[in-house]
Amino acid sequence: MTWDEMTPLLWEAAGQTAQMVGWSTLFTLLFGLPLGVALVVFDRGGLRPLPALRSVLGVLVNVGRSLPFIVLMIAIIPFTRLVVGTTIGTAAVVVPLTVGAVPFFARLVETALREVGSDVVQAAQAMGASRTTIVRKVLLPEAFPGLVAGLTVTVVALIGYSAMAGTIGGGGLGDLAVRYGYQRFETLLMIVTVVVLVVIVQVVQSLGDALARRLSHR
Amino acid sequence: MWGFLVIQVSGLRKLYGDTVALDGVDLRVREGEIYGVLGQSGAGKSTLLRCVNLLERPTAGTVTVAGQDLTALPSRELNRARQRIGMIHQHFALLSSRTVAGNVAFPLEVMGVPRAERARRVAELLDLVGLSGRGGDHPHQLSGGQKQRVGIARALAGNPSVLLSDEATSALDPATTRSVLDLLKRLNAELGLTILLITHEMNVVKSVCDSVAIMSGGRIEESGAIADLIRTPGSRLTREIFPLPEPAPSGSVTLTFTGDPQRPVVSEAVRKFDVEISILGGSIEELAGGSVGRLRVSITGDTAPALAFLRERGLLVEVTP
Ligand SMILES: Nc1ncnc2c1ncn2[C@@H]1O[C@H](COP(=O)(O)OP(=O)(O)OP(=O)(O)O)[C@@H](O)[C@H]1O
Ligand SMILES: [Mg+2]
Repeated sequence: MTWDEMTPLLWEAAGQTAQMVGWSTLFTLLFGLPLGVALVVFDRGGLRPLPALRSVLGVLVNVGRSLPFIVLMIAIIPFTRLVVGTTIGTAAVVVPLTVGAVPFFARLVETALREVGSDVVQAAQAMGASRTTIVRKVLLPEAFPGLVAGLTVTVVALIGYSAMAGTIGGGGLGDLAVRYGYQRFETLLMIVTVVVLVVIVQVVQSLGDALARRLSHR
Repeated sequence: MWGFLVIQVSGLRKLYGDTVALDGVDLRVREGEIYGVLGQSGAGKSTLLRCVNLLERPTAGTVTVAGQDLTALPSRELNRARQRIGMIHQHFALLSSRTVAGNVAFPLEVMGVPRAERARRVAELLDLVGLSGRGGDHPHQLSGGQKQRVGIARALAGNPSVLLSDEATSALDPATTRSVLDLLKRLNAELGLTILLITHEMNVVKSVCDSVAIMSGGRIEESGAIADLIRTPGSRLTREIFPLPEPAPSGSVTLTFTGDPQRPVVSEAVRKFDVEISILGGSIEELAGGSVGRLRVSITGDTAPALAFLRERGLLVEVTP
């Protein structure tokens, strides 16, 4: 296969990866951030201790985290069909990617929020700040660099997951490497794909690190 | 000079499991005074302070601040009451994600003060604590003393009826401690700010406090205006302020005198009566309310009239049997 033949394939695959990762990152933020906040707020000694609810959430997150992604992807096929009406294609891949990444990200959010000193939280309570104000104006802003770092790790993990998810019809770079490189013995294309993936991960990680560093005022 | 009680705590008990952190504490802080709570580590000082704004809910007892029984308030009302109680912290507790100005603006945001008004007030507060021009800095760019000034500006944002301070100078060096204490004293004098401060340093009490409570084992052992305690026989505060050997040797006499230390009362007593007075030890301490001296002497001869004379001259005379 020549470069000219490879380039459009690579562009197309990269576009599909970007779509899968982009949408699932968005939904992961949407669900994972509140879940991570809930893990902290409802904990014993949290802003609003609700130990029973917190235990349920903790177990759910652990279940989600202990399933290997490939198993999860297949196990939730009925759910995927329910949500997007199909089980193949990019949209269908976003569902298992999100379900897989939400518990992962939620734990990272939890860790980042726990880094916020209890003294600043108490200072805000002493000023008469409500719980929502404390979450919005103290916990989240103070943990912001940590949240950005957590999101970066999550995006990198999603790029990895998306390579697996691609094989059930989402396309993308992983799928390209498997279909051409492995099944059709196009070794060069496989190598190029791998290099592209490595470069993307590097870029994402460096951008994330730089942003987290810039945001940190410690 | 002052009448209205800003803080009234009665019958306060706080248990942590089996630990009795507060064991029936009564505290009355009057408007315009600087009230110190002194005690060793674990005495329950922080717990007491945190009960005053209900960061810690007491197991029993009531806490009244500015005429409002906080223990009876639902959470929304409690939050509103807290906006009028300032607090400063040992490790400053500033938000690292915000600038100095942003930190001072925080309580104003909580109170719902509009943006323009906020900016005006922040500038005013920073000026008050001597930090105008530093509003754009982040806390990590400031020294410890400056951070505490930001903490003080933030605590004053809501025009509080009282300022609570938990070891606000313990993380600072002596010179910085001095300047922060001077600032608190100035705010007390200029704004009539009532301050309840916790410390384990006698020096803090000596230099700024009008009244003091000495805590130990979750109880208040002694409390009141320093000027009164100094004149109270057997006062623990007096013993702790003055570096005289304790217990006093049998037969010795301890004299405590306030006012002008130059007054030659002791030599006058020797001249007037047939006694010999030898000095065993003594010192003069500068307190917020003026200087106070304490002298340990041994008196031989016709002691009774000499002691009566000293008492008559306003000295506190304690004879160790
Ligand atoms: N959250 C808590 N849980 C359990 N025990 C506590 C808690 N807070 C305080 N205590 C206990 O209550 C007692 C009083 O503690 P407190 O912090 O009020 O003392 P302190 O006088 O402020 O001491 P320090 O000078 O060391 O700050 C101690 O025995 C302490 O161990
Ligand atoms: Mg303490």
